[in-house]
Amino acid sequence: MADLSINFAGIRSPNPFWLASAPPTDKAYNVVRAFEAGWGGVVWKTLGDDPPVVNVSSRYGAVSYNGTRIAGFNNIELITDRPLQVNLDEIRQVKRDWPDRAVVVSLMVPCVESAWKNILPQVEDTGCDGIELNFGCPHGMSERNMGAAVGQVPEYVQMVTEWCKLHSRMPVIVKLTPNITNILAPARAAKAGGADAVSLINTIMSITAVDLDKMAPEPVVDGLGTHGGYCGPAVRPIALRMVGDIARDEELAGLPISGIGGISTWRDAAEFIALGAGSVQVCTAAMHRGFRIVEDMIDGLSNWMDSKGYRTIEDVRGRAVKNYVHWGDLNLNFKTIAEIDQDLCIKCGLCHIACEDTSHQSIAKLRVDGARRYEVIEEECVGCNLCAHVCPVDGCITMVPQPNTKPKLVWANHPNNPMRVPEAAE
Amino acid sequence: MPDFFDIAAGRLPAAQLAANFADAHPPLTPHEAVVEASRCYFCYDAPCIEACPTGIDIPSFIKKIATDNLRGSAMKIFEQNIFGGSCARVCPTEVLCEAACVRMAEEERPVSIGALQRRATDWLMQHDPAPFTRAPATGKRVAVVGAGPAGLACAHRLALHGHEVTVLEARPKSGGLNEYGIAAYKLADDFAQREVDFILSVGGITIEHGKRLGRDFDVSALRRDYDAVFLGIGQEGVRALAIEGETLDGVRNAVDFIAELRQAEDKATLPIGRRVVVIGGGNTAIDAATQARRLGAEDVTIVYRRGVSDMSATRDEQEWAQTNGVRIRHWATPHRLLGEDGHVTGVAFMRTKPDAAGRAMATGETYVLPADMVLKAVGQVFVADPLHADGTLTLATSDGRIAVDGEMRTSLPGVYAGGDCVAGVDLTVAAVQDGKRAAEAINAFLAR
Repeated sequence: MADLSINFAGIRSPNPFWLASAPPTDKAYNVVRAFEAGWGGVVWKTLGDDPPVVNVSSRYGAVSYNGTRIAGFNNIELITDRPLQVNLDEIRQVKRDWPDRAVVVSLMVPCVESAWKNILPQVEDTGCDGIELNFGCPHGMSERNMGAAVGQVPEYVQMVTEWCKLHSRMPVIVKLTPNITNILAPARAAKAGGADAVSLINTIMSITAVDLDKMAPEPVVDGLGTHGGYCGPAVRPIALRMVGDIARDEELAGLPISGIGGISTWRDAAEFIALGAGSVQVCTAAMHRGFRIVEDMIDGLSNWMDSKGYRTIEDVRGRAVKNYVHWGDLNLNFKTIAEIDQDLCIKCGLCHIACEDTSHQSIAKLRVDGARRYEVIEEECVGCNLCAHVCPVDGCITMVPQPNTKPKLVWANHPNNPMRVPEAAE
Repeated sequence: MPDFFDIAAGRLPAAQLAANFADAHPPLTPHEAVVEASRCYFCYDAPCIEACPTGIDIPSFIKKIATDNLRGSAMKIFEQNIFGGSCARVCPTEVLCEAACVRMAEEERPVSIGALQRRATDWLMQHDPAPFTRAPATGKRVAVVGAGPAGLACAHRLALHGHEVTVLEARPKSGGLNEYGIAAYKLADDFAQREVDFILSVGGITIEHGKRLGRDFDVSALRRDYDAVFLGIGQEGVRALAIEGETLDGVRNAVDFIAELRQAEDKATLPIGRRVVVIGGGNTAIDAATQARRLGAEDVTIVYRRGVSDMSATRDEQEWAQTNGVRIRHWATPHRLLGEDGHVTGVAFMRTKPDAAGRAMATGETYVLPADMVLKAVGQVFVADPLHADGTLTLATSDGRIAVDGEMRTSLPGVYAGGDCVAGVDLTVAAVQDGKRAAEAINAFLAR
């Protein structure tokens, strides 16, 4: 039985599954239910200065795909709309009742030192395990010079992080916004400011849909809409890339990463951990199906680790990072070719039409004694994987790496590269 | 109280009868339809299209359901099959499009093509009862004999091409077997007539009821009065058992029983036996037996002279009958109808077994099934009499039906035929294809 417990930047939890700062962690009632269900920790929904913000009615938009609900999700909700003291009292009680779980408190106050100096001791006094700085919320708060408005300016990220380290002894996690060109800039700023860890990604600025009857972006509030923050399964690839970029950056070596973005299953979590995450945060999947989803996340991750011989999360963490390279490091002499298992083929023709119309005309459409048959034309196949992706049958089309007779060749040395590094003279 | 001659009406309460003859397979909800449509892989060179006798572009119409383009979806269906609504309900999809669905190879659970076709066609019929636009009038007039699926499919396509069509129908209602010959719960809520109205909405089609070929008019008159003629006259005859006792009271043709049931305003007025024996192995036998059960018959048995896979009713149809409490006995052929006081009391069957070629061979061994009512469903036959003039047949036949070529042309110039009166499978969808192809051929003929 694998040991799933973690020590993330000094914050301990029995498993790496935390609920992200969001509606599911807005109050003690929800958080207690989450802990009862088995979640290892929570990041309490962002606290701010009194008086509390006011939220609109009609807050979520969603992207359904082929009848599957919530492939992507967005919200125009702001930070907690409850008084500060109510939250602080509940946090104190919950941490007291659940000492083995991680209770991290998300914070967002105006970008002046006095505001942070005021709130930090009050939060620290609850006995919580750490704070997460919400530098990512891309709507509503950013228009008040908070949230993403801070996260998009590395100098501000560093400055506020420094204030937090100066005015508290708590571990500081800086939550990064993806609404930026290069994720490394704010991550490095956080580290320079003394951050104990980063978490990412916050939500992506988005319009999920346009209501074609009301002619307004969704979610529609009294006939009008605004952009929101996008999350859910659809954003996972974007989050994975940003996590990987930070994990492999030499300047950021050793900076703990809490992975966030569309994590719905143990497998999603394992992928984030393999790319360097030391904990993972979940929101949309829980909002879709309830807190009970963590049971399979824990069980599935543990079973998978057992099957691979990994004993601890540290055994898995970062294992894929060294294989996440720049394009220029890829071997141009590598070749892989599609192979169709004719016994598994159901004759849908999708591989053929995808290749014929949009790729390399390397899957022949045949009739043998009247029966459909699709065959790879190996000499035309460039190994693009498209057919394997469109094939609806698991294992029917596999990409077969070809025996490599040539040495590894990267772009820097390729004859077609005008900027090629000249061979050293004999 | 006799333990035979037990034929009575109103065996079940009205509410039970209403439920028994309501839509057997209710439509998909909009969400169910989108989810089911999303199961379609949108195959290229899709096998289902090839398996549809009318060649509907099935992946395209399903894709349009998934994108909520229901008008486009329905029009995609109707452009190939104007009876798309009834075919969605009565087609044996399990041996046609759904049998060919690639998901059968993958998981033995095909996309529910029939149910999706119903979703699209129902939507359009409800939202736009007249969606067709005719080509400019050509001034040509075509006579269509028979207002069944073949005749009306032909008439509709001819009307679209701008021709004027007169349909001559012997029965009081249009629709052919959809109106008179198919189980009520398959085409509930008067669907056959609603579909006829939808088809006629194209305009340019006049139907004259009570006009019977051979009695009220003949082919030569039609050839004289019209520019072209289409014969969709079906199979008017019913095959006899040709055994002793066939005239006993309580012995009926299954097609008559079904027609009467379909036309009955009140199902509670229909007499049905307590013990019913149905003889035959096709859809008519299934429809008769199942409806007998649903009218309240206590004990219904279908007896077929050969095995399960020899029955022309599909396996799904057989199972449908069985889940309705119908027992199916194989490998026995009726030997004698037993009677008392002129009324049938039972059927003596002779057990059969397959010979070397798989045909039923009598064994000499017999058994008796008691019966208050016997429904004969051993096949319909084409009756050529209306095509005679002065004692001779006016056009060529082949295998007992009207002979046609690849363009549905008969041996008489300008006369075309299709549906059950020509060779081929006896399905609504096949009749529609015949009518459609004949219309295209007629259109080309009239354009010369």
